[in-house]
Amino acid sequence: PAFGLFLFTIARDPLRIIILIAGAFFWLVSLLLSSLIWFIAVKASDPQDERLQKGLLIFGVMFSVLLQEAFRFLYYKLLRKAIEGLVALSEDGCSPISIQQMAYVAGVGFGLMSGAFSMINLLADALGPGTVGIHGDSQLYFLTSAFMTMVLIFLHTFWGILFFHGCEHRRWWEIAAVVIMHLTVSGSSFCNPLYVGSLVPSYLLMAAAAVWAYLLSGGSAQNLRRFLLCKC
Amino acid sequence: MITFMNNSDSEEEPCNERTSLMSAESPPVPSYQDGLQASEAAEAQAHRKRRAGSSCGPNNIVAGERSGSSVPVREIALENEEEELTLKYGAKHVIMLFVPVTLCMIVVVATIKSVRFYTEKNGQLIYTPFSEDTPSVGQRLLNSVLNTIIMISVIIVMTVFLVLLYKYRCYKFIHGWLILSSLMLLFLFTYIYLGEVLKTYNVAMDYPTLFIVIWNFGAVGMICIHWKGPLQLQQAYLIMISALMALVFIKYLPEWSAWVILGAISIYDLMAVLCPKGPLRMLVETAQERNEPIFPALIYSSAMMWTVGMAKPDTAARGPSQQTWDAAEDGREHLQSPSHAESQMSERRSPVPSRPITSLEEFEEEERGVKLGLGDFIFYSVLVGKAAATASGDWNTTLACFVAILIGLCLTLLLLAVFKKALPALPISITFGLIFYFSTDNLVRPFMDTLASHQLYI
Repeated sequence: PAFGLFLFTIARDPLRIIILIAGAFFWLVSLLLSSLIWFIAVKASDPQDERLQKGLLIFGVMFSVLLQEAFRFLYYKLLRKAIEGLVALSEDGCSPISIQQMAYVAGVGFGLMSGAFSMINLLADALGPGTVGIHGDSQLYFLTSAFMTMVLIFLHTFWGILFFHGCEHRRWWEIAAVVIMHLTVSGSSFCNPLYVGSLVPSYLLMAAAAVWAYLLSGGSAQNLRRFLLCKC
Repeated sequence: MITFMNNSDSEEEPCNERTSLMSAESPPVPSYQDGLQASEAAEAQAHRKRRAGSSCGPNNIVAGERSGSSVPVREIALENEEEELTLKYGAKHVIMLFVPVTLCMIVVVATIKSVRFYTEKNGQLIYTPFSEDTPSVGQRLLNSVLNTIIMISVIIVMTVFLVLLYKYRCYKFIHGWLILSSLMLLFLFTYIYLGEVLKTYNVAMDYPTLFIVIWNFGAVGMICIHWKGPLQLQQAYLIMISALMALVFIKYLPEWSAWVILGAISIYDLMAVLCPKGPLRMLVETAQERNEPIFPALIYSSAMMWTVGMAKPDTAARGPSQQTWDAAEDGREHLQSPSHAESQMSERRSPVPSRPITSLEEFEEEERGVKLGLGDFIFYSVLVGKAAATASGDWNTTLACFVAILIGLCLTLLLLAVFKKALPALPISITFGLIFYFSTDNLVRPFMDTLASHQLYI
C-alpha cells in the first residue's frame, strides 16, 4: 500500500520525489545516530547480562524514537527555508508546492525508509527455504511483521502531517502528541510476541491519527460523503 | 573458463582505458556545462537555460552578437527568467538524472545478488597487481594503497593523454579509440554477462541464437552511441554499458582496494575539475572554446544534444536552421513562451521564415538537459554493488548507500545551480555513500538485527 501511495501521489511531480528521498535520508541519519549511541552503550556494558541488554535495547528504542522526531523537526526547518526560496524564485509569487504537501511527502519518506529497513531483510529471508517459528517463536512472525510495518508507514505519514501542522501553527501540544504516540507505538511493540498487545493499539492509534490528519488537511465528514457518493 | 578470464585481463586494457576515460569524464557538470555552452554558441541563441549554469556567459556572448540597445534589458530579463527556471525546473533535471542512476544501480545490484559469477574472485586486473590475501592487516592495507596509487596514476595518464589528443585535434584517433573500446564493451562483456546469466538460470541457448542476439545488440548499440539514434535507446545503452563496466570492476577489484580507490578517485575528481591546471577542466574549457560538445560516447545526456557536425558555428546562417532541426529532433513537449531575446533574435535573422521559429516556440525548452559523465554512473554503481556483494547486512546497507548517493547527486546539482560552472559529481555522493556504507554495516546492522529478533519497532 505504501508503494501504491508513492506511485499515485508522488511519482508524478519531481519536486515531491526529491523531498521524499531527502526525508528518507533524514530518517536514515537519525537511525545512524541512534544506533551509534546504542552500539557504544552495548560495547561499554557487560554482554553477558541479559536484563541489562534488554534494558539497553529498550533505551535504544526510546532514544531512537526521540531522535527521529528531532530529525523530523530539523527537516521541517529545512523545508521552511526551501519553501521561502521557491516562492522567491517562482513566477507568480506562490510556491509550486504547499507546506501540507511537503508534510505529506516528508511523512511518506520517513515511513518508507523505516518500513524498508524493518522489512527488507525479512523479505529477503522469506524468499529462501525455512520454517517460520521453528524454535518455538510465533508462527505468525511474517504476517505480523508485515502488518506492523504497514501500520508504521502509515503512522509516519500521518505524523508528518500532524507534526508539520503543529509546527506551522505553533501548537506545541500537537507536536507533543505526535511524540507520545510514537513512543506508545514503539513501546507497544515490546509486548511482542503477544501480538494483540501491539497490533491492536497501533491500528487504533493509526485510525485516530488518520482522522486527525484528515481534519487538519481541510477535510470534513461532508467532503468524505460527497466523495464517496459521487463515485458511486 | 578460468583461463579465459585471466586472458581477458589483457583484453580489458582498452576497456580500462575507456573506463579511465569515462572516469576522467566523470565531472558531470563539465560536460554539462560544456555541452550547454557549446550548443548555445553553436546555435547562437539564447535559450532559456534549464540549468541556468551556463546562462550568463553564452548569453552575453550571444547577445553581443546582435546589435541593439535592447541588449542590456534583454540580458537582465534573461538572467531573471533563467534564475527562476533554474530552481523551478531544477527538480525535473534532478529526476532526469535520478532515473538512470537508479536504473543502473538496480541492474548492478540485481545481477550481483543473483549471478554468483560476479562475486567470485578469479584473478585481478593488471592495474591492481598487489594481492590482498596477505595475513596481516598492515600488509593488506599497504597493498590496497599501492593498488590505488597505481590505478589512479593510470587514470591520470589516460586523462592527460586524452586531453592532449583533444588539444591537438587528433579527433580521428580519439574516435577510433572510443569506438574500439565501446566495441569491446558491447560485444565481449555482453557475451560474458549473457553467458553467466543464462548459466545461473539454467537456460540453454545455442550458439547461433546467441550470435544473432549479441550481434544485433552490439550493432545497434554502436550506432546509437556513436551516431544518431532515439534518445531513450541511447540512454538505455549507456546505462547498460555503465552497468557492465561496474560489474567488471566489482568482480576484479579486491575488497579493500575497491574502497580506497573509490575514495581516492573522488579526491582526484575534485582536483581535476576544480584546479586551474586540472586535465578535466582543460578539456571542458577547450571544448567550450571550440564550441563543440564532448564525445557522446562518454557522456550521458538527459536531453538531445546533437549539433550538426562539429564545425565552427556560423551563427547567422546556421542559427535558425539549427533551431528548427534541434526542435524537431528533440520534440520536447514543454511549451514555453520564448524569451524576448529569442523573438528579437529571430527578427534579426531576416532570411528566417516564420514557420521554424514558431515550431521552435512550440517545442522549446527542455532540450538543454543535464549531463552526467559515464564514469560517475560506473563508480556509483560500483559502490552500491560492492555494498550489495560484501555487506553482511545485505539490503539495509545497499538501501542506505543508494539513498546516500541520490542525496549526494541532489546536492551536487544544487551546487551546480548555485555556482554555475563545471563541478565534479563524484566527491559528495561517494563520500556520503562511503560514510553510510561503513556506518550502516558496523553500527546499524547489529541494532536492526537485535530489534528484528525481538520484533521491536522504532
